[in-house]
Amino acid sequence: MTTAPVAVQPIPRGTLAGRVGRHALDWIPALVVLVVVFVVWQESIAVFHIKRFLAPQPTDIASTFWTNRHELISAGWFTFQEALGGFAIGSGLGLLIALILARWRSFGRALMPYLIAANAIPIIAFAPIMNAWFDPFSKGSKMAIAAVLCFFPVLVNTLRGLTSVHPQSIELMRSYGAGEIETFRRVRIPTALPFIFTALKIATVLAMIGAIVGEYFGGAFTALGVLIDSRSTTFQFKEAWAGIGVACAYGIAFYLGVAIVERLTLRWVPSTGE
Amino acid sequence: MSVVEIKDVAKRFDGGTVALEGIELAIEEREFVSLIGPSGCGKSTLLRIIGDLIRPTAGTVRVNGKPAAQARTDRDYGIIFQDAVLYDWRTIARNISLPLELARWNRRRRNERVQEMLRLVELTGFEGHYPWQLSGGMQQRVSIARALSFDPSLLLMDEPFGALDEMTRERLNLELLRIWEASGSTVVFVTHSIAEAVFLSTRVVVMSPRPGRISHVIPIDLPYPRTAAIREDPHFFELVTNVREALHLGSDLDRKPAAPAAAEAQP
Repeated sequence: MTTAPVAVQPIPRGTLAGRVGRHALDWIPALVVLVVVFVVWQESIAVFHIKRFLAPQPTDIASTFWTNRHELISAGWFTFQEALGGFAIGSGLGLLIALILARWRSFGRALMPYLIAANAIPIIAFAPIMNAWFDPFSKGSKMAIAAVLCFFPVLVNTLRGLTSVHPQSIELMRSYGAGEIETFRRVRIPTALPFIFTALKIATVLAMIGAIVGEYFGGAFTALGVLIDSRSTTFQFKEAWAGIGVACAYGIAFYLGVAIVERLTLRWVPSTGE
Repeated sequence: MSVVEIKDVAKRFDGGTVALEGIELAIEEREFVSLIGPSGCGKSTLLRIIGDLIRPTAGTVRVNGKPAAQARTDRDYGIIFQDAVLYDWRTIARNISLPLELARWNRRRRNERVQEMLRLVELTGFEGHYPWQLSGGMQQRVSIARALSFDPSLLLMDEPFGALDEMTRERLNLELLRIWEASGSTVVFVTHSIAEAVFLSTRVVVMSPRPGRISHVIPIDLPYPRTAAIREDPHFFELVTNVREALHLGSDLDRKPAAPAAAEAQP
């Protein structure tokens, strides 16, 4: 037989500089939007004579951030550690339990309705309880809230990934005489990875929310949530806004961190670009 | 000793559907046997029973003289499905070497074997590609390479070219014959296509549905090596006609007025 002409897409890889350059172009529309939003925000507050202390202008927030930057960044770091700890505990447990439930399916089927129901619970409502169970001034109480928030989406998504394997992929492994553990390691877990990363990205956001909202109900004075809460109640809205900005920055960095790990791990996926 | 020996095999699914009944078949070394029949005749089920991917309700299957389950764990056969079933996260080379990893071959031997297999299916140079970068026909060639990589004595093929266009299919038919002749393996090939069955096989096993059973076995006495020209040979047409008539006879037998149309529940 002869090899017929075949359509093979080139591997979309280039030099690093080339890739950065191309991506820079991709980012231009988003940057334009950002600038427009800030300009409109800045100007509309001046034009409509909105009370400055209620809705400060971006430039005011920026200068407030700059004067308080050491306090804000270290408060953010404190809260980020809580979020990270909760993320690690909650996601780790979620992954572990999902593996167990996928391995023993009847067990999984019995628990699945409750897990889906638990996924719909506004878990953040438990934050005051967690503060009572654990020392409210410790990082542990906020980690507990963040962990519970992360746990369910990671568990449910991982389980879905582990069990949404093409039946023939499993038959193929059986045809090679592969056992259950080999099949998990070589087929189920790789198949589940895209699901797992989606869940982990959601979990980063939830962990930050858990830590900050947990702090609204009481926490150490060095925590970002406490700072935002106390500044708002004393009408120091510029400081509160600056705190929110820092929370956003940590949250985005957290999300991007996981997204980068995803990109490095899922190299085979044609495009994970979002 | 037959490579595959099927004795009085029956398969009843949980719903009560009788997928197979009274199957008797012996396949000898170096044979190329096609199973053909309408949907619901149990041909894919029979293939999976040979591969011990499904257990029969009754009867015995022996592969290379061993029980089918033993033959499976001994990796006596390679299987190829209609979809290539390549693992997306593995490169072409690592897809082909998967069964070798499971058989604990060392890296050097694996790499040598992968190169050999890529040459066999004429995909040298694609080892670093991922499956999505290949066309459907190329993916199916990778799955053939993977099934042959550990040198099984038996190849089980479940409509391997069913999802491909006619031209690719005819090309891969020729390639499969070349590989079969080179590797010295025995092939059991499930297909919907009469022409494909006749073109490839040493024997065509015609099956009829409800319950699935073997209605005819037609030897194909066309000489090997077969070339594209055989498709225009009068004897080829004659054999195609024989198979077609056998298929229609099988389905005529089935046309009992009271038969409920509930046997389509094939996996």
